[in-house]
Amino acid sequence: MNLAEYKDVYVFAEQRDGKIQNVALELLGKARELADALGEKVVAIFLGKNIKDQAQSLIAAGADKVLVCDDSHLETYLTEPYTEAITQIIKEFKPSILLIGATTIGRDLGPRVSARNVTGLTADATKLEISEEEKEFRMTRPAFGGNLMATILCKNHRPQMSTVRPGVMQKLTPDASRKGEIVDYKVNFDDAKISRVKIVKTVKEEKVITDISQAKILVSGGRGVGSKEGFAKLEALAKELGGEVSSSRAMVDAGVMDASRQVGQTGKTVRPNLYMACGISGAIQHLAGMEESEFIVAINKDKYAPIFNVADLGIVGDLHKIVPMLTERLKTMQK
Amino acid sequence: MKIVVCIKQVPDTTEVKINPQTGTLIREGVPSIMNPDDKGGLEFALQLKDKYGAHVTVITMGLPQAEAILREALAMGVDRAILLTDRKLGGADTLATSSAIAGALRTMDFDLIITGRQAIDGDTAQVGPQIAEHLDLPQVSYMEDLQYDEATKTFTIRKQMEDGYQILQMQAPCVVTALASAVQPRYMTVSGIVTAYDKEVEVWGADRINVPEDRIGKAGSPTSVFKSFPKQLKPAGETFEVSPEEAVELIVNKLKEKHII
Repeated sequence: MNLAEYKDVYVFAEQRDGKIQNVALELLGKARELADALGEKVVAIFLGKNIKDQAQSLIAAGADKVLVCDDSHLETYLTEPYTEAITQIIKEFKPSILLIGATTIGRDLGPRVSARNVTGLTADATKLEISEEEKEFRMTRPAFGGNLMATILCKNHRPQMSTVRPGVMQKLTPDASRKGEIVDYKVNFDDAKISRVKIVKTVKEEKVITDISQAKILVSGGRGVGSKEGFAKLEALAKELGGEVSSSRAMVDAGVMDASRQVGQTGKTVRPNLYMACGISGAIQHLAGMEESEFIVAINKDKYAPIFNVADLGIVGDLHKIVPMLTERLKTMQK
Repeated sequence: MKIVVCIKQVPDTTEVKINPQTGTLIREGVPSIMNPDDKGGLEFALQLKDKYGAHVTVITMGLPQAEAILREALAMGVDRAILLTDRKLGGADTLATSSAIAGALRTMDFDLIITGRQAIDGDTAQVGPQIAEHLDLPQVSYMEDLQYDEATKTFTIRKQMEDGYQILQMQAPCVVTALASAVQPRYMTVSGIVTAYDKEVEVWGADRINVPEDRIGKAGSPTSVFKSFPKQLKPAGETFEVSPEEAVELIVNKLKEKHII
């Protein structure tokens, strides 16, 4: 493998039902930074059906070039046609770096692409950087349930692949005046191979799912909140602050909160402007999902709770008293 | 029907602690367990055994002490257990691991391969799909339910998605990766535990799998760890033990100062 032939930072721009996913825009923001450090280009791989009219928004988000594969086989995600499309792009264009969102789609696709192309894949990186001297691509990820960080290299294989969880990287402010190239790319499929898995149906859950990773303000509750009634107090505060309610794993396991609102290693990664941790002790798995928040307020009865180690403002006290009082205070301030 | 379940022995990461002086992992006293998603996958296999009389094999790659989880699987009711262990397989990343396991699977008969979605020590979710790729088999990951039609040898699988689920179908032979949360694994039975220790655990070395040496172990790993370090937590802010009234004032003032309200 001649490493010098490989260049540019590629992003898999995931879409569902024709809608570009937020994680794709976040990855384009990071890819822009990496490509600028290398003096290379950002290329978005955009697979789907009747999607070309949206390619410009990927350029506005940071891409220099968008490869559009418009094909009915790519309308809804399936492992084989997507793996094959990306493999053909890798063989033809030789990317140096390939970033994929760590969604249920990306974490199915990434390993299959890495094995077909015999290259390395770093899972769920939280930090991606180009080293100043060697211009080496360094991927840092949590290991051992978030207890340890490891920086991974992929020295002699290309592309250097990484998945990144939604909410970890920051998207750029869209710039509609940015110029880029939109190129159609035709993939050749082996019909026998791509038809081995059939979609019987795709079901969207009826419940309204709020994407907590997009919220600017989160009022988050843990074991100390205790019950649905306790969470009602948090919801009232969140409403007053214009934010959303999220939860620790304990309250999801207890059936009090929905899993879509869970913050942490097995839940979502969030970095809001304000994270109010109420009755959350701060297990390392929880901290892994929220410690990048801009400003953290913690309210907990136990003054030794580890959450106070990451909080910018810690209050040792009873959230059941403080939260309603704070809500009332904010209400009177607005009058 | 023949099923092979790939399982892994992992440290119980919820018990892992960091030595604050040295910043290194304290691994002594941390129990080793069968990875939860793998155990979920094993339960799916045993349910197919109950229903259709499937023959279930478990395989693990690891150190000799990984025999413990194979004995546990035997006590839960599997028919055959294989320990793939060799110094030549050490230091493997996910790609080299999947190459070695796929090599072992290639020598076996199967209709279905089940792996866990991911292991709690690495959380990569890569080895299952990579095994499927090496064997050129179709795959469905994030499986939360599985039905089988004997006449057509077709599996109908419910796959978890962030915003709902998908129902997918594929024919044997194929690969699925299972979610621990989807099933409650059965307990070992007393008679199972007794007989598990009479059963043979087959020990395979790298010579049993026909995989080139540059595809296994450290040599076959495209990725390497440049450095590892304990997570740097940002310095703690101030913590106050005050009355609820004062607490509210403190919070309001800080939020104003930060232009959040």
